[in-house]
Amino acid sequence: MYQTKYHKPASVDAAVAAVTDADDGKLLAGGQTLIPTMKQHLASPSDLVDLGDAGLSAISVSGSTVTIGAMATHAAVATSAEVRGAAPAVACLAAGIGDPAVRAMGTIGGSIANNDPAADYPAALLAIGATIVTNTREIGAEDFFDGLFTTALDDGEVITGVRFEAPERAAYAKFPNPASRYAMVGVFVAVSGGAVKVAVTGAGDDGVFRHEGLEAALSADFAAGAVDGVAVSADGLVGDIHGSAEYRAHLIKVMAKRAVAGA
Amino acid sequence: MSDVGIGKAVKRKEDKRFITGKGKYTDDIRVENQAYAAFVRSPHAHATVKGINADKARAMPGVIEVLDGHQLTGDGIGNLICGWAISSKDGSPMNMGAWSALATEKVRYAGDAVAVVIAESTNEARLAAEAVEVSYDVHPAVVHADKAMAAGAPQVHENAPGNMIYDWGIGEEADVDAALASSAHITEMEITNNRLAPNAMEPRSALAIFDGAEDHYTLYTTSQNPHVARLVLSAFYQVAPEHKLRVIAPDVGGGFGSKIYIYPEEITCLWASMKTGRSVKWTSDRSEAFLTDAHGRDHITTAKMGFDASGKVTAFKVDTIANFGAYMSLFSSAVPTYLYATLLSGQYNIANIYCNVRAVYSNTAPVDAYRGAGRPEACYLIERMMETAAREMGKDPGALRRANFIESFPHQTPVIMAYDAGDFGGNLDKALAAADVPGFAARKAEAAARGKLRGIGYSCYIEACGIAPSAAVGSLGAGVGLWESAEVRVNPVGTIEVLTGSHSHGQGHETTFAQIVAERFDLPIENVQIVHGDTDKVQMGMGTYGSRSGAVGMSAIVKAMDKVEAKVKKIAAHALEASEDDIVIEGGEVKVAGTDKAMGWHEVGLSAYTAHNLPPDMEPGLKEGAFYDPVNFTFPAGAYIAEVEVDPETGVTEIVQFTAADDFGTIINPMIVEGQVHGGVAQGIGQAMLENVVYSEEGQLISGSFMDYTMPRADDVPFYTIEHNTTVCPGNPLGIKGCGEAGAIGAPPAVINAITDAIGTNDLSMPATPQAVWAALQASGQAMAAE
Repeated sequence: MYQTKYHKPASVDAAVAAVTDADDGKLLAGGQTLIPTMKQHLASPSDLVDLGDAGLSAISVSGSTVTIGAMATHAAVATSAEVRGAAPAVACLAAGIGDPAVRAMGTIGGSIANNDPAADYPAALLAIGATIVTNTREIGAEDFFDGLFTTALDDGEVITGVRFEAPERAAYAKFPNPASRYAMVGVFVAVSGGAVKVAVTGAGDDGVFRHEGLEAALSADFAAGAVDGVAVSADGLVGDIHGSAEYRAHLIKVMAKRAVAGA
Repeated sequence: MSDVGIGKAVKRKEDKRFITGKGKYTDDIRVENQAYAAFVRSPHAHATVKGINADKARAMPGVIEVLDGHQLTGDGIGNLICGWAISSKDGSPMNMGAWSALATEKVRYAGDAVAVVIAESTNEARLAAEAVEVSYDVHPAVVHADKAMAAGAPQVHENAPGNMIYDWGIGEEADVDAALASSAHITEMEITNNRLAPNAMEPRSALAIFDGAEDHYTLYTTSQNPHVARLVLSAFYQVAPEHKLRVIAPDVGGGFGSKIYIYPEEITCLWASMKTGRSVKWTSDRSEAFLTDAHGRDHITTAKMGFDASGKVTAFKVDTIANFGAYMSLFSSAVPTYLYATLLSGQYNIANIYCNVRAVYSNTAPVDAYRGAGRPEACYLIERMMETAAREMGKDPGALRRANFIESFPHQTPVIMAYDAGDFGGNLDKALAAADVPGFAARKAEAAARGKLRGIGYSCYIEACGIAPSAAVGSLGAGVGLWESAEVRVNPVGTIEVLTGSHSHGQGHETTFAQIVAERFDLPIENVQIVHGDTDKVQMGMGTYGSRSGAVGMSAIVKAMDKVEAKVKKIAAHALEASEDDIVIEGGEVKVAGTDKAMGWHEVGLSAYTAHNLPPDMEPGLKEGAFYDPVNFTFPAGAYIAEVEVDPETGVTEIVQFTAADDFGTIINPMIVEGQVHGGVAQGIGQAMLENVVYSEEGQLISGSFMDYTMPRADDVPFYTIEHNTTVCPGNPLGIKGCGEAGAIGAPPAVINAITDAIGTNDLSMPATPQAVWAALQASGQAMAAE
């Protein structure tokens, strides 16, 4: 690890101040991507501002509204009785992120701020229609995820939490990359207020996306069999040594069926 | 004491330190005045080095020195060499291209080192290495072996036209062609053996210490054969004279072949230590390991196997292209020749075999021996063809093999090897029974009801271990002899130290070697210490690879123990006034059989060193050395059966059952042997389904981390059913054949045969990833639709 200055402020405001004052400050929200990147010297922030003491870890459910603090770890979400009760698909997704060490440190805020195109949470938040709450505003998931490793966040803006209405039915089906075990294709299917949303992660050239064809078919008939007739194009999908775009297109349908069956 | 002798599952003596984190690896060793090296590596696969500007790097904090290849060669450090001379069919010698530890004029693969930074800390060294400015004139690169041979391909070495290292052959081609022409059936296949990254858990590391007052060097390094390292470093690379160089390979965390070779980094650290007057430490990170550790396999082969009407193999003709990467690594030349083509008879009685091997350069990391080394490639080829032939001819794959098994020994194959013992039918019987093959049809039907495609595949492997008779390998071009040494020291108090030229890097020698000593002298195993891995302590030895430590290393110990026993009996006979022939060693005593006259074992040891009452003319002391040169290779063999289930929707394959029936000869410690089978089969499954080194066409390593290179995880492999069918090896005193590589050799064809059986198409290459299996299913489905 190379030289960097570490801060652990006790509030969001102090964190914003610290990261703004730094030459090249970075927020640390679990660090499961940032720290390995720094070890490889692919990132070398002058300052690391750890949000661990900023009071952002709470998880609560009020009625059907689920609120998850930005610094809630994947393990905390996975094991939260409230999340498991209100939105079991989200808890289940969290339980399948990375490995136990990653789940113990990685956070929902860190995950969505990084917006890795193969991360799991973006699919859930997009399909559920979650609201991303920051220190300055609220952003709909639809507007938040903005392509590979890119979000709507401004400089100095800090995600404080995520809020969503528990879907009536939902499930996530992931096909892991054999090597990294990130999602090679992850499909989150959610029914909220009678509307079906299908979000796909891992497969898109430009990150997480919703699939209108699948949504239309499943809105008409929320059954795994309804997926069969949908054409999923390989255009705009990732092709790499682990899977061609055509294979990913095929897997989107298979994972969509499995998600529907599990919802 | 028999509870620790041969055949007993003694818990490993070394595990106390390993499982409590107290192992001492090279990177754990810290010395005064220690500095750290970081290498400046080429980002290009093929380029001319136009210039190196280290001014900025030299001015950075903590930087002691920046050194380059011109300085290195200017100081007389020699090029790296390949130590096994192979000649082409036309008699011309192999075309070995120059390999300087730090490249001077040209870089030939991405990762080739061009300079080294020595600094006060690893981070300072690495930061400065990033700041070294190297200007390159980038050339087109060639990655694949077949493309490297094509006209107009980029030339990797000037002295290897067409990138050809050698064009070698074995066998009588005309006889093979004639036999094929009259065959009732010919199975023809094109088979790729995928390139693998060894990925020992401990990455390579070196700590070089130059003592200017003594003009003496010490090198701690991750080596499987420290004496060979010393020999090569001194005799060929002129880094230091042999008597002024001590090489220590302390605890080493896995090798799999990749730590046999001498790499540029060790050479550079030794030289840099002399240049800077500092001790120089370098430890590879995982990224460097992927880039620069010698890779394994990478063959492209076309082959024809002929059969007569009864299903007997008439002839086997093989044409292989072996990708050697950018440079000839230390034993690279032997792998696709004498460790590969000589095993092409498999377990079968084949009268006619011809093999042509063309070895070529490419702009990729060097390729050398990796667990199995040549034998996995041979086994995969034979066993894929045998299974395919059975399908083509509508025969049971077990029965077809059985009809061709060699049944009498010794058996001379047409490709040099003379098999000394085996029971191939017995191995297959055990595997078939343990795998419940008769129940397969019902299991397949049950799987089909769950929407899964179930398949079964066989592999009957044979390999050559215990390498090797020195005169024989010498006649085939080896630059070294492949004997092993041992010294057995009985201390004055009766405890024993065994100095062995073998090297343990996970094999458990400290336990198994002690077992044979404890049994021989009927002593507690705690009284036996195994010493290895230090050229200042241990006599010249050849090290550990090719499953040779049991068959060769232990045989040397037995030979030394024979001498110790003879002297012990003489001493006791003299003291007890009896005949040597009546002396027996048991229960910690040396006795006169049938009497109550006895000395304690320790008393014999003490009297050897006090020398107060020794037989006339006997020298004091009780230590004996031996060099053991094997009379033949050994031939472990076995039958493996894999059973898989494929999800046709995704192509995901699960190995639901894996049965291994092995004949390893005498087994010293069944627990350790079982561990070797588990690890070997896991590596074989890794090759078959998961692992693949992939370069871009420009020569950039795409599978350069565990994010893209799929190492087997615990949930990728099944629980194994392991059987043994022992025929004792007649060639060495303990009857050992070896077990270290069998799994990696036998497993891949069993797995691929099972998957191709499940999916009903034979067009599938390793690794059979979900995508590959799905694509094969799609292709065969389309083929069916078109019919």
